Amino acid sequence: MSRAVTETLDHPAGSPASSIISVRNLSMTRTRPTGEEVPAFEHLSFEVERGEFVCLIGPSGSGKTSVLSVIAGLERPSGGEVLVDGRPVTGPGPDRAVLFQEPALFPWLSVRGNLDLALRLADVPPDEREARAVTWLTRMAIERSADLQPHELSAGMRQRAALARALACDPLILLGDEPFGALDALARERLQDIVQGVRVERAGRTTFVFATHNVREAVLLADRVLVMSAAPGTLLEEFRIDAHRPRTLDDVLIARVVSEIHDLLISQVEEG
Amino acid sequence: MKRLASELGPPLLGVAALLLVWAIVAAATDTSSIPGPPAVWTALRRGFADGSIPEATAKSLIRLAFSFVAALLIGTALGLVLAAFELARRSIRPLVVALQITPFVAWVPLTVIWFGVTERAVVFVAIAGSFPAVTLATLQGIRQVPPLFVRAGRTLGATGWDLQRSVVFPAALPAYMAGVQQAWGFAWKALMAGELIVPASGASGLGHLLDSSQNVASELLAVVAVIAVIGVAVDSFIVGTIDRRIRARRGLLETA
Repeated sequence: MSRAVTETLDHPAGSPASSIISVRNLSMTRTRPTGEEVPAFEHLSFEVERGEFVCLIGPSGSGKTSVLSVIAGLERPSGGEVLVDGRPVTGPGPDRAVLFQEPALFPWLSVRGNLDLALRLADVPPDEREARAVTWLTRMAIERSADLQPHELSAGMRQRAALARALACDPLILLGDEPFGALDALARERLQDIVQGVRVERAGRTTFVFATHNVREAVLLADRVLVMSAAPGTLLEEFRIDAHRPRTLDDVLIARVVSEIHDLLISQVEEG
Repeated sequence: MKRLASELGPPLLGVAALLLVWAIVAAATDTSSIPGPPAVWTALRRGFADGSIPEATAKSLIRLAFSFVAALLIGTALGLVLAAFELARRSIRPLVVALQITPFVAWVPLTVIWFGVTERAVVFVAIAGSFPAVTLATLQGIRQVPPLFVRAGRTLGATGWDLQRSVVFPAALPAYMAGVQQAWGFAWKALMAGELIVPASGASGLGHLLDSSQNVASELLAVVAVIAVIGVAVDSFIVGTIDRRIRARRGLLETA
């Protein structure tokens, strides 16, 4: 039985023991080219449980990308802090893999070379790297393209290679910044299916936080969808989605949540 | 075979057109000041037969190799320092640009004062004329590495030297190679100018032949032709090939 439950955001201040990411009162300002300082998001607090799949959704400019950058350790917040596994984030690390909107494969290395470099940087012993790379390339159905250069692959295959590179390092957390935003509909669906599959296989081992502006994608993938307001981003509402996987958009309850989030976002865009 | 023809065809057509125009101009004017292609061909064969052109070519190429390697080492090292230190970049980069835009011939009289009429003077001019291009390309290559690659590298766990070695340097390579290609041309030109102006103390280079055979136009043109052919050959067969390989590997060539 699938079930969709809607809850409003009203967290107690303390974080549950099982949370792997704690975002606490996080604020960030962005400097415009004119030198003007504008808030990207303000006083953001949320927890992500170990193994959970959370999607951040919001109109463009709501600061989703910046939130992920702070969790990844690529940018520093102007206020508040992020704890990962209980420790404050001070910089990036291979425990938090990132999928960027453009597959950030290194063009001077083959697909296999990209995975090998990532595994080396993650301190995986040399004799294990090859097997791990092959395992993940096979899982992403691109093992036959292992020795090609990234530019020789289709956009969808490139993003699959980037996903293989991210997951091969066995990250605690996989952060996705609109990872499928630049793909055509078919490639996007394929990636979504793969990610759903990986989520099930790795239940509990990997935590996923994706930013997206695609409501259907968020509802398909996430255990919880956090809806952010227009700039400056704050948390508007939280939707918990308990539907079993694999999910399809034909599911009535999934469709209902989609339209609910959609209406909420539309109201945001109109107010903004 | 077909590909070779389509690649070499147009340049050969250009050479043929040049020879034709040259022959017409030479026929229409006083042939002793503008010798036609046959006269230059004869001079060229004589130069090869008596060994003067091959000897001078070998000598110049050895000087070029030495100067160019030195320029690469100095230029790359300085470029890395400028890329790493903001203060160094802001204080020294303008000087390198100044050196880059100063005609290298301007250095020749000074080097003669410093080093005397020696081989060192010529080599110094070639190095001074070419290392700035390498420095500026190194700097630009590193500064223009797409931020996405650096972000990706950092999230994969690369820091410090590892980040430079694994991500920044490889990403900067195409821009660096453009500087190398430019620098080798500068080195060759500077070397020829240096040899022409500084009289030979030891073995003659191609530039010296331009000086000693001053009076005979056909011999001068023969030497100019050799200098030009070496320039094109090194540029397209050595430097250009390396550059194309790097670009093709990354999908930066239209016909990869």
